[in-house]
Amino acid sequence: MNDDIGLPISHWRRLWLYGVGALVLLFLIVPSLIIVPMSFSGSTLLQFPPESWSLRWYEAYFQSIEWRDATVVSLKAAVLTTVFATPIGTAAAYALNSGALRLAGFINVVLTASLIIPVILIGIGTFFLYARLGLNNTLTGLVLAHTVQAVPLVVLTVLSGFRSYDMNQERVARSLGAGRFAAFWQVTMPQIRFSIVSGALFAFITSFDEVVVSLFISGGETTTLTRRMFSALRDQIDPTIAAISTCLIVLSIVLLSAAQLFGRRR
Amino acid sequence: MSVRPAEFGSHGLNAGALRADARRESLGLLGLCSPGLALVGIIIVLPIGWLFWLSLFDESGQLSGANYARFVEQASYIRTFITTFEVAFLVTGLCGLIGYPLAYMLSQLPRRAASICLIFVVLPFWTSVLVRTYAWLVILQRKGLVNTWLIDLGLISQPLPLAHNFAGVIIGMTHIMLPFLVLPLYASMKTIDADYLRAAMNLGAPPTATFWQVFFPLSLPGLAAGVVIVFILCLGFFVTPALMGGGKVIMWAMRMEQTTSLYSNWGAGSALGVVLLAVTLGLLGLFRWLLGARAANVWGAR
Repeated sequence: MNDDIGLPISHWRRLWLYGVGALVLLFLIVPSLIIVPMSFSGSTLLQFPPESWSLRWYEAYFQSIEWRDATVVSLKAAVLTTVFATPIGTAAAYALNSGALRLAGFINVVLTASLIIPVILIGIGTFFLYARLGLNNTLTGLVLAHTVQAVPLVVLTVLSGFRSYDMNQERVARSLGAGRFAAFWQVTMPQIRFSIVSGALFAFITSFDEVVVSLFISGGETTTLTRRMFSALRDQIDPTIAAISTCLIVLSIVLLSAAQLFGRRR
Repeated sequence: MSVRPAEFGSHGLNAGALRADARRESLGLLGLCSPGLALVGIIIVLPIGWLFWLSLFDESGQLSGANYARFVEQASYIRTFITTFEVAFLVTGLCGLIGYPLAYMLSQLPRRAASICLIFVVLPFWTSVLVRTYAWLVILQRKGLVNTWLIDLGLISQPLPLAHNFAGVIIGMTHIMLPFLVLPLYASMKTIDADYLRAAMNLGAPPTATFWQVFFPLSLPGLAAGVVIVFILCLGFFVTPALMGGGKVIMWAMRMEQTTSLYSNWGAGSALGVVLLAVTLGLLGLFRWLLGARAANVWGAR
């Protein structure tokens, strides 16, 4: 695609389009724009812009043992999910990409099924299964359920990375005597590592932000941050949540920029 | 692996060895997929199959269709389905209405400007649904920002009911679903060759005719992909209606949560889940059959 598509129509005549587009963009970004300043408000009232500024809601967040514990649980689950989902997803993407795998279409559908199946059904199903296995309210159960939701994103991200990689390079390495794993590790991996890292970041954020399944299978000592936020939002609107939300928005920005950066160096 | 004599035949000295090699290769690759497949099998397929089995029995343990008959007999279930489809249609329609111009603008902008604007679409996409729902609660509730501003400006004397009701659910869900429509639509608009548009204009078509007769029809597959994905996500959506609906807007997923968690009626809850899954897969199947496209592609775009 060339940079400017250069139709014989002036920007001036398209002003209405830019206006509508800008309004829709504003609609998309306005919640984040409002939450961030409000988290620094000095009062319990929800005012915008806030009349006074303070860090009291961040103090409330960091000093509350409950919020801190929930954050630690979510971080643990997200790190472990990333650790498991990244190799599982990468291995599957490698096999799917090779072209020699039979039933590849079917396997692809099964692996990415959790993107299409309603999350509420996964939540109820895992709760029901875990009740029999004693996995409810455990970190293991949480990580398993999050991994199954994160694997498809890793598969899709790594598959798109493979699209710009020529598999013949690995075949050459193998014909020169490298084992399958050595050929992958030394020839293929360095060239697709950026999409693997992007996939890992997506896996992390998928787990960290996951709400519905966690609502069913986490609780007690393993209550996740999202589950605690959900309960808090049902009861009342506490400005502490604005501070937590701001932290989550910042986390999203950091992870997305990292994924972008890695994606570009592909 | 079945033997295919036509291809490998008895001619070729190494046929047997080659075949064994291919089989080993395929098995090895299958092995690479197996952790993922096992996980899906145990965490998703097994429990859903189990729930489906449960849904076939009534409370006394007899095989019956009672759990499904409920859906057409009880008014409260019918109301849930009507609400769910109402919300899904409205949100999908609104997303199409405001998402199309945005995607169109993005596709017409120079690349640098478009990628800056895309940040505004992708960032909310990757921000927690809870954070965004919380933000809309703050903005729309009784003493929220919109009502405070409107009262301060003297435009209204009583706060408008914007949150904890139907309107709140629609606004919150439209915000959450919009990127699911814009991203695939934008991706498909980028593949429309600008030469078609230039050709139309060179042949004397005014800009409006060029848009409606050339660009719009070419963008329909992308629009359809976005519409289908938004619609099926709406059908099973839980978080925003649960928090923004104020207990008055009971959608399908909330009904499932209530029946299983609150009333521990696993048969009824499972039946709801089975029908939801069937509707979702049915719509996707219909879409693929109509367009031969992959609706799941939206996930690749994000």
